[in-house]
Amino acid sequence: MSVEHHAFHVTEHLPALAAVVPLIGAVAAALVRNGVAAWLVAVAVAWSLPVISILMLGQVEASGPISYALGGWAPPAGIEFRVDQANAYLAILVSVMAAVVLTGAPRSIADEIEPANRAWYYAVFLLCLCGLMGMIVTGDAFNVFVFMEISSLATYVLIAMGRDRRALLASYQYLIIGTVGATFYVIGVGLLLAMTGTLNLVDLAASLPEVEATRPLIAAAAFIVVGLGLKLALFPMHLWLPNAYAYAPSTASAFLASTATKVAVYLLLRFAFSVFGIDFMLANTPAGVMLMTLAALAMIAGSLSAIFQTNVKRMLAYSSVSQIGYIILGIAMVSETGLTGGISHLFNHALIKGCLFLAVASAVFATGAVRIEDMAGLGRTMPITMGAFVIAGLGLIGVPGTAGFVSKWYLIQGAAEQGMWWIVAVIVVSSLMAVVYVGRIVEVAWFRAPAQRAPREAPIELVAATVALAAAVLVFGLNTDFSAGVAADAARILIEGYAR
Amino acid sequence: MTLFDEIARHYNYWVTILLMVAGLYIVVAKSNMIKRLLGLSVFQTSVYLLYLSPGKILGGTPPILAPGYAVYSNPLPHVLILTAIVVGVATLALGLALAVRINEAFGSIEEDEIVPVIDREDHSA
Repeated sequence: MSVEHHAFHVTEHLPALAAVVPLIGAVAAALVRNGVAAWLVAVAVAWSLPVISILMLGQVEASGPISYALGGWAPPAGIEFRVDQANAYLAILVSVMAAVVLTGAPRSIADEIEPANRAWYYAVFLLCLCGLMGMIVTGDAFNVFVFMEISSLATYVLIAMGRDRRALLASYQYLIIGTVGATFYVIGVGLLLAMTGTLNLVDLAASLPEVEATRPLIAAAAFIVVGLGLKLALFPMHLWLPNAYAYAPSTASAFLASTATKVAVYLLLRFAFSVFGIDFMLANTPAGVMLMTLAALAMIAGSLSAIFQTNVKRMLAYSSVSQIGYIILGIAMVSETGLTGGISHLFNHALIKGCLFLAVASAVFATGAVRIEDMAGLGRTMPITMGAFVIAGLGLIGVPGTAGFVSKWYLIQGAAEQGMWWIVAVIVVSSLMAVVYVGRIVEVAWFRAPAQRAPREAPIELVAATVALAAAVLVFGLNTDFSAGVAADAARILIEGYAR
Repeated sequence: MTLFDEIARHYNYWVTILLMVAGLYIVVAKSNMIKRLLGLSVFQTSVYLLYLSPGKILGGTPPILAPGYAVYSNPLPHVLILTAIVVGVATLALGLALAVRINEAFGSIEEDEIVPVIDREDHSA
């Protein structure tokens, strides 16, 4: 195998840079030791990634999928990073969310984390980002596992840095469940390797139809779907999520809620549609019916649990369980409309939940408490933050004019196309339940008298980040061409699968 | 006799399955956090075997070109599992560190004892 030497052009190495830049940034942030300096490093790194992602998308639009041979070793023997529209869009989403959250984070972090640990927080944050970006760009099944564990181990540390001692137990429980999930995934990949002798996703997709014995493949599909189901917190595998998001530092909750589960959903899409293929999944496994049932249960049970929470962060976490149900529902419909709805809901929910968690981060900064009662009168003392919360809350419910409406509309259309009216009913009921739990916060924040003690002023950068996301919820709600158009592109590419 | 043959021919898989299920059982059934982490390690170890054993060819040598040797074992699983072992060690180390911190914060590493304490805290705050 010969390695050709030629001039180094940065634009040829974008997929590798997407994972390497945050990795180096993490080391740099850990070495500077000082919280403010580490924050500057993290922000610089985080804002470079959307640039890289947008350039990658430009290349994909211009000349088709990018295949990047890591270290010059040609696929399928070497590790391939492969970028097409579907994962380029996701890379933009994840990197922009990381950049926005990090930009708004410094004073909230200074408030919640001891000085000695602040630089470590940013270092681990960037490691987590490295893992997520790696999972998005890689085209190698085992490499996915490695990046998954990089991001997971970093996530456990982020959660354990919460100031409440319960954060430690939440982190431990997530470590156990997360590792079981990743191990299930790697068992599935091991079976695929034993049957085909390859780990390259494109190569796997090409060689699976030639494998005669379908039983090991069905077992592999089952292990991979369950493993990813644990990672993406699909009901009833969601038990790690509420406490993890409730006790993690506020800005870590905002970042994880809007990105971590989304990347796992993307991998599920990749394996179900591109690697195994819809025909195999539907003919050999009850995946369609199973995922749809679990999604419907998640939508109802998640919303129901959210209504009865007293901790606002845990309420938002249960709401995430229900919203993940919507995304999986769209996938399980296996139609272009349904998949468009699922993917656009993935994007919209990232914006909405990021905005809600950032607004709560402001409230936690101002009042020091996370109980819903402690938010009494905050609408009057922090009108901008709570105004953004209301906009994102309306998006969560799916009110027309917000991003949430667009994706729910596609989901309802997709269900109607297939004549599944009970699904339409579940979507409506779950949305009505969202009215109840969002309404509780609105009622407490806007219609109750403020507490005696005036809250602190929230940091301007945190408010700005919250408002930017709330504005995005409105923009993508009104400009449906873009939000739904992107999702439709991604849906089309996934349904087509890898070019054979 | 055929059943015995079946088991004997695939005994590496039977060992894998045994370790897998035993490890997962410990993770689910135990309340002690250290024991659960050990169960997790056993569970992960079963995967090492799952990858490594199909890569071995009877009579095969390491893939080094030399006169007189024509049958080579597949080296790829070893490389993969080296990575997986590193991941497993990192996970175990982090889990143990968390157990130490939990012991400092709650005075116990038995989940049966800590969960009621946490439920009380959840209801008060």
